[in-house]
Amino acid sequence: MSELTRKSLSEIRALLAEKAVSASEVTQACLARIEATEPRVQALLSVQAEAALKTTKALDAAGPDPAKPLWGVPLVIKDVLCTKDAPTTCGSKILEGFRPVYDATAVARLKSAGAVLLAKANMDEFAMGSTTENSAYFATRNPWDMERVPGGSSGGSGASVAACQCFGALGTDTGGSIRLPASFCGIVGLKPTYGRVSRFGMVAYGSSLDQIGPMTRTVEDAARVLAAIAGHDERDSTSVDRPVPDYLAAIADNKSLKGLTIGLPAEYWDRGLAPEVAEACGAAVKQAEALGAKTVRVNLRLSEYAIATYYIIATAEASSNLARFDGVRYGYRDKDAASLMDMYVKSRTKGFGAEVQRRIILGTYVLSSGYYDAYYRKAAQVRRLIRQDFEAALSQCDLLAGPVCPTTAFKVGEMTSDPLQMYLMDIFTISTNLAGLPGMSLPVGPGRESGMPVGLQLTGRAFDEALLLQAAHALEQNVSAAGTPAL
Amino acid sequence: MKISPEQVAKVATLARLDLSQATIDQYAQQLGGILDYMDKLAELDTAQVAPMYTPVDHVSVLRDDVVKKDTPREDILKNAPETDGAFFIVPRIV
Repeated sequence: MSELTRKSLSEIRALLAEKAVSASEVTQACLARIEATEPRVQALLSVQAEAALKTTKALDAAGPDPAKPLWGVPLVIKDVLCTKDAPTTCGSKILEGFRPVYDATAVARLKSAGAVLLAKANMDEFAMGSTTENSAYFATRNPWDMERVPGGSSGGSGASVAACQCFGALGTDTGGSIRLPASFCGIVGLKPTYGRVSRFGMVAYGSSLDQIGPMTRTVEDAARVLAAIAGHDERDSTSVDRPVPDYLAAIADNKSLKGLTIGLPAEYWDRGLAPEVAEACGAAVKQAEALGAKTVRVNLRLSEYAIATYYIIATAEASSNLARFDGVRYGYRDKDAASLMDMYVKSRTKGFGAEVQRRIILGTYVLSSGYYDAYYRKAAQVRRLIRQDFEAALSQCDLLAGPVCPTTAFKVGEMTSDPLQMYLMDIFTISTNLAGLPGMSLPVGPGRESGMPVGLQLTGRAFDEALLLQAAHALEQNVSAAGTPAL
Repeated sequence: MKISPEQVAKVATLARLDLSQATIDQYAQQLGGILDYMDKLAELDTAQVAPMYTPVDHVSVLRDDVVKKDTPREDILKNAPETDGAFFIVPRIV
């Protein structure tokens, strides 16, 4: 692999800014890397090579612009985000051939910051899944071990970054979909506080849970991408009108964790963790203590109710959000339909995959007359209790730490027969979306047994991404780097 | 069984999905297992708890009632499965 593609986003950004390399050179290196690795990794659904090189030609002609913090940096975008005139399928057949006529706000902001959009990443269909095996197109492989899953639903984004096809990617996270693939692929993944990043142009799955966030090889890289996309957007009424802190200043040269208190939830450490995960995460916490942090045991007693709460709320919201896919204005329309109703039914039945249909049925059921109070309203009440549970824990510490997942990446096909078993993989990540808090995954070294990456999750108070990044950065400088997969 | 095949079929109609009998039976079983798991929530006393439908506290965000024409018609029709250039064309309704 070209030495260029191995660099971090921050490194390449600096080289581009000082004209040590041209934007075209860097993008060409990424395109070559994509060509070399895609037959095996299959991280991408579409590559916008021509458009990317047109962009870099214009960028190089104008020269580096210090007002554009991501000038010339090639990035990959999860296919759930609308990219103007470029395919956007959400990993589904129902949107095969669909090309949005506008950019998602997060995408537009990256473009304004000078970034180059290389490709759209594979994902579980409509973000429903934890392994990217639910993509209607193909399954993405983990660059560290081709027999294993990259995690999901942002598995394409995670694999693309880990394989050095790009310098960073946007993923989305509704129940762990940035943090889990980041953990399985050995990269950094950050899910911002709900409302921190605009959801305009993100095809909605669970509107009260969804967030867009960066997936990168280093913490500094994540800070740079978050800085570019965060902030209020008039077009998303759930985005919060709150100033964006200077994330780069927050992580600058901070090598010590003195004064920081880290909470360790008993429910995340005491339950069935694979020994290699407990070991790697435990070592990272010890390292944090060596850097001056204090640790305290805390409780999140409502953890055992999180999955049930999540699957009621997420599927209910999804059943409503996916009602728009009816063959009328865009997407797949069945041509043999005899009537309007027949058109709706046939288009949706043929266009949606099995997991999506299953969740639509579950969501429709829990919202239906007679069941709404027992399920959806009850889940919303438990949701408030879960948030209070976090607030109580976070009053005893500055942030929480625990494994992202009880295991490292498992083999392709291992989890696909039992949907409930698959849902349980999200056990440590899901509560964060219910509470609306920020969470990030930091790679803390390979698991002793499998050699696969292990991710430590840091969860913070609402809008406290600066503290998460600061703590993660200090830890990152002192934990043995996993390197890049031999691909 | 927690959710019968007949209930799955009814819900499928509401969701505008046409499932085979085999799929209906399979979903009834899988969803039954999932719904059993969700019964756990009944263990919690939520009588005095207000539902939380979103993490964001602010109320409805309003804007001035001013017409904005941001998107040209041809863009709106760009992905239409069938169009006459002015409207989306669908199978006859009445």
